[in-house]
Amino acid sequence: MHELSICQALLEQVAQQTRRCGGERVRRIVVEIGPLSGVEPHLLNEAFLLARQGTVAQQADLEVVAIPVTVHCPACDSDHEVAANDLRCPVCGEWQTRLVSGDEMTLRTMDVEMPEQEERERGEVRGVA
Amino acid sequence: MCDTCGCVTTSDHTHDTASAHGHGSGEAAEKRVEQVELVEKLLARNDHTAGHNRQHLEKHAVLGINLMSSPGSGKTALLESTVGALGSVDAMAVIEGDLETENDAERIRKQGVKALQIMTGTSCHLDAHQIHQALHRLDLSALDHLFIENVGNLVCPASYDLGQHLNVVLLSVTEGDDKPAKYPVIFRTADLILITKTDLLPVLTDFDVERCEEYVRRLGVTAPMLRVSARSGEGMAAWIAQLKSAWQDRFGADSPQVRAAVG
Repeated sequence: MHELSICQALLEQVAQQTRRCGGERVRRIVVEIGPLSGVEPHLLNEAFLLARQGTVAQQADLEVVAIPVTVHCPACDSDHEVAANDLRCPVCGEWQTRLVSGDEMTLRTMDVEMPEQEERERGEVRGVA
Repeated sequence: MCDTCGCVTTSDHTHDTASAHGHGSGEAAEKRVEQVELVEKLLARNDHTAGHNRQHLEKHAVLGINLMSSPGSGKTALLESTVGALGSVDAMAVIEGDLETENDAERIRKQGVKALQIMTGTSCHLDAHQIHQALHRLDLSALDHLFIENVGNLVCPASYDLGQHLNVVLLSVTEGDDKPAKYPVIFRTADLILITKTDLLPVLTDFDVERCEEYVRRLGVTAPMLRVSARSGEGMAAWIAQLKSAWQDRFGADSPQVRAAVG
């Protein structure tokens, strides 16, 4: 199970982004995971509960958006949702399809709590970033 | 128990006051929350280091080969048989990844080849940072081929770019021929697939090589598939040819090391 080390990488990025925008804490993190990324969403959620301890995301929720596997078939010029272990075109059977989505392992958005005061400083920090 | 956060607490604990132990939810509700939009790969840092490793290898015209498979599919035996066939033993090196022991590195060293062992402890894969550290312990200027024998595992290594040029996935005939259907992620990373231990095919009649290839092609994988046996020597010449041509495709003319071996 490598989900814990992936969570640690995720939380490093989250901490870096939080510093960059002058935020204090993170409330919600949204990641996109496709089945062909090799990451199991429920294991990622389990690992996140351990890995978030002592970080800016200590109380954050992790939302995993599951991305379907879709391929483009060059033979019949069409896109199809397929199973992760059978990427052939379901219409014409062509096997040399191109993956359109399904291997994502991406940090998409995070909701960051901003400090109450120091509006100006934050503006400056963001300006620099 | 505190209703807000579920922590075990005493009766005087509330969340209305300033966040004494860092919850502060009453207060936080009034705080301004900004949504930060990003499109960042979760393993961006690993990938960055992997890119750096690749540049480092290319600077010295070293082909990086990442061997991935389940435990016991014959990665080390393949490397033992590769030694000598590829050219000078000084022109290849091996980085071994295992949870414990130096056993595999010692097997390679017995062949006269430089081998570094990375013991990953509980970690189920090698990452680019570990390879980066190992690269600093190797004299790359003397090498043509650097083999990385990843931790035996068909799941986790697939997600980590190490800075290799070639991903080689091994599947032994003692495993099921439907492994590509069960572990699509790792087989999709393959630039070359080796069906190993083919000397056992006559007794392991359940393993159908053609069916196995069919499962691989269903993943849209165009990588060549070779049948090899380190024991009988079947397919070893084709494997060596793949390694040499991969080197030449990338780095052009023969290197001093390859020339010396041929000459």
